[in-house]
Amino acid sequence: MPERLPGIRPRQSPWRRLDIAARHSFPTACTVVLLLLARAPIGLPSQAQLQPAVALASVFFWSVFRPTALPPAVIFAIGLLLDLIGLGPIGLWVFLLLAVHGVAVRFRRTLARQGFLLVWLAFDATAALAALLSWLGTSLLNWEFLPLGPALFEAVLAASIYPALSTLLTHAHRTIADPGQA
Amino acid sequence: MIRLSIPVRQALARLTLPVLITASFGMMLLGKADALLAERARASLGDVLAPIYGAIATPLMPVRNAFADATDLFTLRAENARLRDENATLRRWQAVAMALDAENATLKANLHWIPAPPASFVTARVVDDAGGVYARAVLLAIGNNGLSGSPVSKGQVALDQQGLVGRVIEVGQRSARVMLITDINSRVPVTMEATRARALLIGTNNGRPRLMYWPEGSPPVEGERIVTSAEANAFPAGLPVGTVHYTAGHIPEVQPFARLDRLEVVRIFDYGLHGLIPPDAVVRPTDRRK
Repeated sequence: MPERLPGIRPRQSPWRRLDIAARHSFPTACTVVLLLLARAPIGLPSQAQLQPAVALASVFFWSVFRPTALPPAVIFAIGLLLDLIGLGPIGLWVFLLLAVHGVAVRFRRTLARQGFLLVWLAFDATAALAALLSWLGTSLLNWEFLPLGPALFEAVLAASIYPALSTLLTHAHRTIADPGQA
Repeated sequence: MIRLSIPVRQALARLTLPVLITASFGMMLLGKADALLAERARASLGDVLAPIYGAIATPLMPVRNAFADATDLFTLRAENARLRDENATLRRWQAVAMALDAENATLKANLHWIPAPPASFVTARVVDDAGGVYARAVLLAIGNNGLSGSPVSKGQVALDQQGLVGRVIEVGQRSARVMLITDINSRVPVTMEATRARALLIGTNNGRPRLMYWPEGSPPVEGERIVTSAEANAFPAGLPVGTVHYTAGHIPEVQPFARLDRLEVVRIFDYGLHGLIPPDAVVRPTDRRK
């Protein structure tokens, strides 16, 4: 909590408050916009997998590097958005994103100190597990054996977009999304 | 913001996650038990998203075209050869079709045939691929043309210029969702054109739905045309669906005529059929396959 730290800081003008609010809401806004963009009609093959992949990467990144940026309630809303946009069972991605958040927060003290490669590997494992669970959940809720291929592709896609997304978000994390710089 | 003491805040923070996870399980059950609620929520979200995607579709057209062109480049040669072959075949069939058309016209004139009334349709733009990893659907933007009520209703049939696309499963104020025939929950009663035998076309989430339940002794023939059948009163008879292809594992699949991966505009036909979905009742997705 920066406001609890002792020191001299600028007066709380309305403009500054707006600035702080904008910086606080950047992770949420960024995730939602990325989700909607991942769905944009550009006609990529297997574009359906892009959206959960983006959600996984974004939630994992913020949960590890700034858990207060995406609180569970916001992740709940993002998961609901993901479920409602797609045609899958409602509540499944809500659960998966919350679980990813839970796992990432649990191990963040170890992860945040590691280099990029290890965090990436941890993300890959988490994404693979989440994709597997999404396959299992959809299969169970549809009561039908669904092919595993799309879920695996989703995990691979999530793993391959993470480096780019993480670079962007790390930069944002240090500049425009940092409430301390307001 | 309410200032809470740090231990209380920490306790609350620890509690939120389990509570929300429990809530998500509750939602899974609720979404399964009350399909209407889920459908309403999806339809209203679709109403919000349809204008947004509609607006960004035009600026995104160059990107979309670039991707399409890039994929086309790889298949250009093979595609050309295939088209030349197809053209030659079609020329021959054109002659046959014209002769049959003339013959049909004379026969109809002699028989006092009552033609079926043309079905009314509306054309809608596809604004978004609204499926998911395990679903195939598209979102349509529908204005209401100044008419009262939505021009589209549940259970209506969607076609593109070449063949059957799917069925309307959700209708909102400004948007509608069409479940494609490739969706895993899609079941379409079809007729095989050569043998006139009935079968069921079952979506698999892949590009080609599978043919099942044909009568004993009349298996689908490779390359045969598949059209819809009026059985179960869900589709009118004779809408073109696709052609039969056997996989390496000897499973008959249907290559749809409709370009389901690149839908831009679809026509929604009102045939006045409510065989499977009564106008206002909601059928659980799992019941629809029967």
